[in-house]
Amino acid sequence: MPHSYPALSAEQKRELSDIALRIVSPGKGILAADESVGSMAKRLSQIGVENTEENRRLYRQVLFSADDRVKKCIGGVIFFHETFYQKDDNGVPFVQTIQDKGILVGIKVDKGVVPLAGTDGETTTQGLDGLLERCAQYKKDGADFAKWRCVLKISDRTPSALAILENANVLARYASICQQNGIVPIVEPEILPDGDHDLKRCQYVTEKVLAAVYKALSDHHVYLEGTLLKPNMVTPGHACPVKYSPEEIAMATVTALRRTVPPAVPGVTFLSGGQSEEEASLNLNAINRCPLPRPWALTFSYGRALQASALNAWRGQRDNAGAATEEFIKRAEMNGLAAQGRYEGSGDGGAAAQSLYVANHSY
Amino acid sequence: MAYRFPALTAEQKKELSEIAQRIVANGKGILAADESVGTMGNRLQRIKVENTEENRRQFREILFTVDNSVNQSIGGVILFHETLYQKDSQGKLFRNILKEKGIVVGIKLDQGSAPLAGTNKETTIQGLDGLSERCAQYKKDGVDFGKWRAVLRIADQCPSSLAIQENANALARYASICQQNGLVPIVEPEVLPDGDHDLEYCQYVSEKVLAAVYKALNDHHVYLEGTLLKPNMVTAGHACSKKYTPEQVAMATVTALHRTVPAAVPGICFLSGGMSEEDATLNLNAINRCPLPKPWKLSFSYGRALQASALAAWGGKTENKKATQEAFMKRALANCQAAQGKYVHTGSSGAAATQSLFTASYTY
Repeated sequence: MPHSYPALSAEQKRELSDIALRIVSPGKGILAADESVGSMAKRLSQIGVENTEENRRLYRQVLFSADDRVKKCIGGVIFFHETFYQKDDNGVPFVQTIQDKGILVGIKVDKGVVPLAGTDGETTTQGLDGLLERCAQYKKDGADFAKWRCVLKISDRTPSALAILENANVLARYASICQQNGIVPIVEPEILPDGDHDLKRCQYVTEKVLAAVYKALSDHHVYLEGTLLKPNMVTPGHACPVKYSPEEIAMATVTALRRTVPPAVPGVTFLSGGQSEEEASLNLNAINRCPLPRPWALTFSYGRALQASALNAWRGQRDNAGAATEEFIKRAEMNGLAAQGRYEGSGDGGAAAQSLYVANHSY
Repeated sequence: MAYRFPALTAEQKKELSEIAQRIVANGKGILAADESVGTMGNRLQRIKVENTEENRRQFREILFTVDNSVNQSIGGVILFHETLYQKDSQGKLFRNILKEKGIVVGIKLDQGSAPLAGTNKETTIQGLDGLSERCAQYKKDGVDFGKWRAVLRIADQCPSSLAIQENANALARYASICQQNGLVPIVEPEVLPDGDHDLEYCQYVSEKVLAAVYKALNDHHVYLEGTLLKPNMVTAGHACSKKYTPEQVAMATVTALHRTVPAAVPGICFLSGGMSEEDATLNLNAINRCPLPKPWKLSFSYGRALQASALAAWGGKTENKKATQEAFMKRALANCQAAQGKYVHTGSSGAAATQSLFTASYTY
């Protein structure tokens, strides 16, 4: 084995680890506002709004004009490239508005999925070309963290060994490049909830995927203390006939993470996938009340689960902006509580849910 | 990906995880008394005692018949095959004596090293042939955990990726087979302290080795909650001119572990390698006082570091039994305290003195 050639200096490591810890300080999570132009098209068409650059700007303005209440529950905001360089009505760059609230700025850096030939519709993610230079520029322009999404799916023959290996490798390359530029990489190996598989199957696949991801990160000399993980929660497939409680989801999720995510990782910020706003909060809360020991912060990096009500309230009308912002703040605060296991939900209280944990269940 | 075929039932998992937790509960650790005949020869030669089966039996009898209170410090004992079937002078099986003290009985399962051709004198470990049948028999005979030692060394071109991959794979096969037979596998990937490399380099190598081990365990569907890890502490090579404090050793060790060992692993029981009894205790204590998060128990699985004084006190003479037992108990107790970060070295000014030696924001 060749002698180690340190990838990062002690200074660089300290900076990365400080950023990561700030994002996931107790009670805080991430607003994923990095929908690409294509994804925004889907969101806006659902509320009958035209997908123009101005409308996308106006909508993000609704979110970013939230008052100081968000300071205690939002540690970071992920931007899409276009938004990263947009300004509000008063000409103040969005990035500055967010930074002024003491919230860290992140940037989506991947360039979407591409097919893996010879597989059953599986993909890898592109975006490595020129990534070093892009990261350096984003860092200059105010970004302190980045996000890259890989996608895997469960079916009879997937995820294949190739898909797992290739996506883990590309995530590790991205992470390594980010860290060279003082940017904390959020590593996102999403396993889609599409399918009729049960909770156990998702747990099994999640464990295999995460083990591969952390082996790749080790192979690529990535400094774990300066990264965050953005995984799916362990859930059954959307078409699975069996229903599971938040406590079962929590137990399966935390078990999978305990078996694969080294304690050096400061935080796990779950994606919400197709979950409703309330489901996403209840599940996160159950995860934080799970009786298994958890050495990392367990919080949120939600897109739809933070914005659905706000989008609906806004419907493209300036007059609705204030009410829409309120909806967002409300969800942010609820998820901030859920990230501490203190969310009471809109239904019954926390105590009732606690008893649903099957104490000795072996996963 | 093939649909999951569960390696273990819920019952089997429960049994394994309970055994593992019992061994490392409340600051308890492991007495590694599994020296092979050859290794015992080395130990006995130093105290000028002949290496006969009877002498080996006598020494182990003295250790195992100590007062029951030893079960506060010792959660498990690893035996060599011969010793598993030996008895005390009243004809009572050693393994029953230990079990009656509430101590879990373990067995060394590997069968020594084999060279890896095309490498710089690196090795892998043998013992997989017929291992399942051997495990089943040991389980019937009262054993609840196994141990298998893989060895890597730091030198020119070492450890090579082949050595790391091959040893990790053999460890994972062994672990899988143990669990099928109700034995908790202790996974031991020892990186030898031979050499003049510094602390940072040992940390780097230990991290690579452990990452490979846990990937292999995952690939082989090993149930982590029903395993224990027995790694080297991260130390400089024996011939390194730079000296490090226990706090530096602790910080490097815990950093390496927390970058590679999943929280699901219930306990990490360090090997003592060539460390003196006192150094092994001081380092373990510093490890337990290290300010980094430590979701696993951090305990000991010591051979020489628990037995050196006892061996010297014994000298092969039965009249020295009491002195031998006292020497052993003293080390057992000291290490139990160290496993809780409560060991007070008689020479130092107490815990406060050592605490301040941690450089709080040192980045490893």
